[in-house]
Amino acid sequence: MTTLLDLFTLVAVSAGTFFFFAGTVGLLRFPDSLTRLHALSKADNLGLGLVALGLIPHAENLLSALKLIVIWVLVLLSSASTSQLIGRALRRGRK
Amino acid sequence: MTLLSILDVELALLIVGVAIWTIAARDLFGAVVGYVAYGLLLAFVWIRLYAPDVALTEAAVGGGVTGVLLITAGKRLGALKNAVPDAQPRLAFKLLTAALAALVACAIGAAVLMLPDPPPSLAPDAAAAANGAGAGLGNPITAVLMSYRSFDTMLEKVVLILAVIGVWSVGTDKAWGGAPAPFRKAKSYPPMVFFAQFLAPVGVLIGIHLFWAGANAPGGAFQGGALLAAMWMVTMMARLVEPPPVDAQWLRLSLVAGPAVFLIAGLAGEIVAGSFFAYPPSLAKPIILLIEAFMVLSIAAALPMLVAGPPSERTDP
Amino acid sequence: MNELLLTAAGLILLTVAVGLARILRGSDDVQRLMAAQLLGTGGIAALLLIAYATSVPGVEDVALGLALLAALASIAFVNLLDADQGDAEA
Repeated sequence: MTTLLDLFTLVAVSAGTFFFFAGTVGLLRFPDSLTRLHALSKADNLGLGLVALGLIPHAENLLSALKLIVIWVLVLLSSASTSQLIGRALRRGRK
Repeated sequence: MTLLSILDVELALLIVGVAIWTIAARDLFGAVVGYVAYGLLLAFVWIRLYAPDVALTEAAVGGGVTGVLLITAGKRLGALKNAVPDAQPRLAFKLLTAALAALVACAIGAAVLMLPDPPPSLAPDAAAAANGAGAGLGNPITAVLMSYRSFDTMLEKVVLILAVIGVWSVGTDKAWGGAPAPFRKAKSYPPMVFFAQFLAPVGVLIGIHLFWAGANAPGGAFQGGALLAAMWMVTMMARLVEPPPVDAQWLRLSLVAGPAVFLIAGLAGEIVAGSFFAYPPSLAKPIILLIEAFMVLSIAAALPMLVAGPPSERTDP
Repeated sequence: MNELLLTAAGLILLTVAVGLARILRGSDDVQRLMAAQLLGTGGIAALLLIAYATSVPGVEDVALGLALLAALASIAFVNLLDADQGDAEA
């Protein structure tokens, strides 16, 4: 059982790291600010989410595991909202 | 080199890089972004030093509240762009400043490197005194703050009130009694309003949880209060609520409630437990939690007022 | 397991640092805001990984606080951007 959980952690954390990597590459290489914003929000949501999910088997107790899920949902919602705000700032800056 | 030390070196280099960038930034926005990033990285360092309470406080105050303070101040300075700029300081003055700053850094570094091994520490005394006073708390930091060094903690909160009074007194005579300027000139913008509407309740819940958990786990009154302050600032920035007028009774009562309750408990300790600021052993934990609750209220009221600034004459209806 | 967590933390920090360095040199304010966002989220991820690898207790609360404060900082920065650009209308 523990090896299965360890495997889950391995896969999730590696995938999360990959998404951070991919998001940063997108941030650097995409031509346009709006497309970079898209790359950034993918790294935010998926990278942190997968890392948090991967750490759940290693949480000290149920409350800590629930907090990890709350962290992910919170970052999900707030990065989505922040993307909206940044997008608007970009659009107005264009004018 | 172990993995952990590679990580530490990476962290140290990143921190130094961000610090240099913050100092070298040419404009306000870049410098403030660098400063907030620096605060976040310092929180990392505290985690590496096994101090999650300090990490939380660093992130809350150093990163969050001070960052917003700098931004708000910058916006007000930006409004003064039409004012005549002062002459730039001369090169010799800049070099002197740099030399003095480097000297201070070297002195601190030398002091750290020359510490005897093991370094002298008040920690055993503090832990013994905190446990001996019957504090009954599981978190030694809270025990030290509220039991061993309770008088200092109360005075810190008094300093906060004095700072708020100082900020308020900068306003003009005509504006006295009014409210500080709103955080954002334009009308509210729906995504931002939605953001504030879902963030604030979650943040308040987490802030209260941090304060309550501070008795036995990382957390405490200051961290919880700072988070509550941050949530109030979020709602003010989205223009869901406006900064209150400085002569509002509820505001002034909230500000003084923390130190007042603390002082009363300390004076009562003279009568009930034998000396100033002592707690009766059986009631220590409930009393401490009660004092902390009022301190959370005061901190949550004081920090946003510091950021909101002095009362201003309302130019827009 | 600890090695994996530490390696992941190191890689995330490195990625964020590279992203920061490249973006912070850009002169656009919005780029800097995005860089700060990246640092915030990457920072929370790396923080969780490091704390789990070195058995620091209570780090989930720190991460929760950080997430909330990153949101606060983002709103404040966007307000500053708007003020700089002259927010005449909502």
